[in-house]
Amino acid sequence: MARFAPGDNVTVRRAFPPGHVRTPYYIRGKTGSIAHVLDSFANPEELAFGRDGLPKRPLYRVRFAQSRVWADYSGPAGDTIDVELYEHWLESEEIT
Amino acid sequence: MSDAGRMHHDMGGRDAGPVDQGGHSHPEWEKRVDALMMLLSNNKRRLIGVDELRRGIEELGAENYSKMTYYERWVSSITHNLLEKGIISSDELGRKMAEVEDAARAGGEKD
Amino acid sequence: MTMRSEDSVLDHYQAMELAVSALMINKGYFTEADMVAEIDAMAKRTPDIGAAVVARAWTDPDFKARLLADGTAACESIDLDMGPTRLMVVESTETVHNVIVCTLCSCFPRMLMGIPPDWYKSKEYRSRVVREPRVVLKEFGTEPGADVDVRVHDNSADMRYLVLPRRPEGTDGMSQDELAKLVTRDAMIGVKIVEAP
Repeated sequence: MARFAPGDNVTVRRAFPPGHVRTPYYIRGKTGSIAHVLDSFANPEELAFGRDGLPKRPLYRVRFAQSRVWADYSGPAGDTIDVELYEHWLESEEIT
Repeated sequence: MSDAGRMHHDMGGRDAGPVDQGGHSHPEWEKRVDALMMLLSNNKRRLIGVDELRRGIEELGAENYSKMTYYERWVSSITHNLLEKGIISSDELGRKMAEVEDAARAGGEKD
Repeated sequence: MTMRSEDSVLDHYQAMELAVSALMINKGYFTEADMVAEIDAMAKRTPDIGAAVVARAWTDPDFKARLLADGTAACESIDLDMGPTRLMVVESTETVHNVIVCTLCSCFPRMLMGIPPDWYKSKEYRSRVVREPRVVLKEFGTEPGADVDVRVHDNSADMRYLVLPRRPEGTDGMSQDELAKLVTRDAMIGVKIVEAP
């Protein structure tokens, strides 16, 4: 059961563990919104060590305004970046 | 903000130069590496998972990652994973590598 | 790649591949014929497959809707082998320009496009296109206007992304085959647009 729905504002957890992590460094701590609820998949962080990665985790496409990701972003305000992120990396966030 | 928690393969946002848009034609051994990876990870065998192969590359370390080509990294990861799982041993691998090198050298001398 | 020693005709990594393959074949995990079959299958996967999907989407609104809703199911419905690929097709429009990258490695929709180009796997592309996409696009000769949103997609997990580029002007009445010939790999990655004929 996916915790988040399209349009929900979410923040990527600010954690930096070693291991096989599919949450890109540049997006940690950033806030965006759910663009798409994807299927659930086995956790790659566990699969990487030969374990089964179960239970499957919901995966989301999260859309971020580029101006909120890069302090020096030089493009227009409408430019965005979508990143696929697993639910356990996301926290609920209200943007004021 | 320091990059202390960033792993070398995790490249988004780093400073880098212009994109070299040229390509290279793929020699036979690179195609074989692609094929080998597919054969080992496909549903028929599932010997090594794709994430295990990726982790193997990530664990090469920053210097190796930078120095090695794409296919050199893949063949190293495939080999390390097979060794780790005990599917092949270093001993037999070393002997076989010497054998193929000798055969190639002998083939070269014939020309 | 450098030679390991002056008298070695085989690079260290080439020798590693040959040795690993030989050992795995000897142990019965697969055959040399399996290797050859896989290489042949890979050779048949070229961007022509993706281009045909794009051309069909441009001319068949029902297929396009299905493609955008579930890329894998739509491609399988026209008898394309998608393997384990979970495909997400993103449509570029008058107001949105999509571009794809895998910053963490080199994830790419290989079943529709073959192997990715060297530059797609390069540190330069993977580092910069997420942070300064318009500068990188300009290096490829592509300059979306300020009124167009540039939308970058980082293939960080299990889906594989393909851009459905805009159909160019002056192509009314062209057949699907003729349209497919206009669609390049780089347009389906999003660094180029499809040029009018």
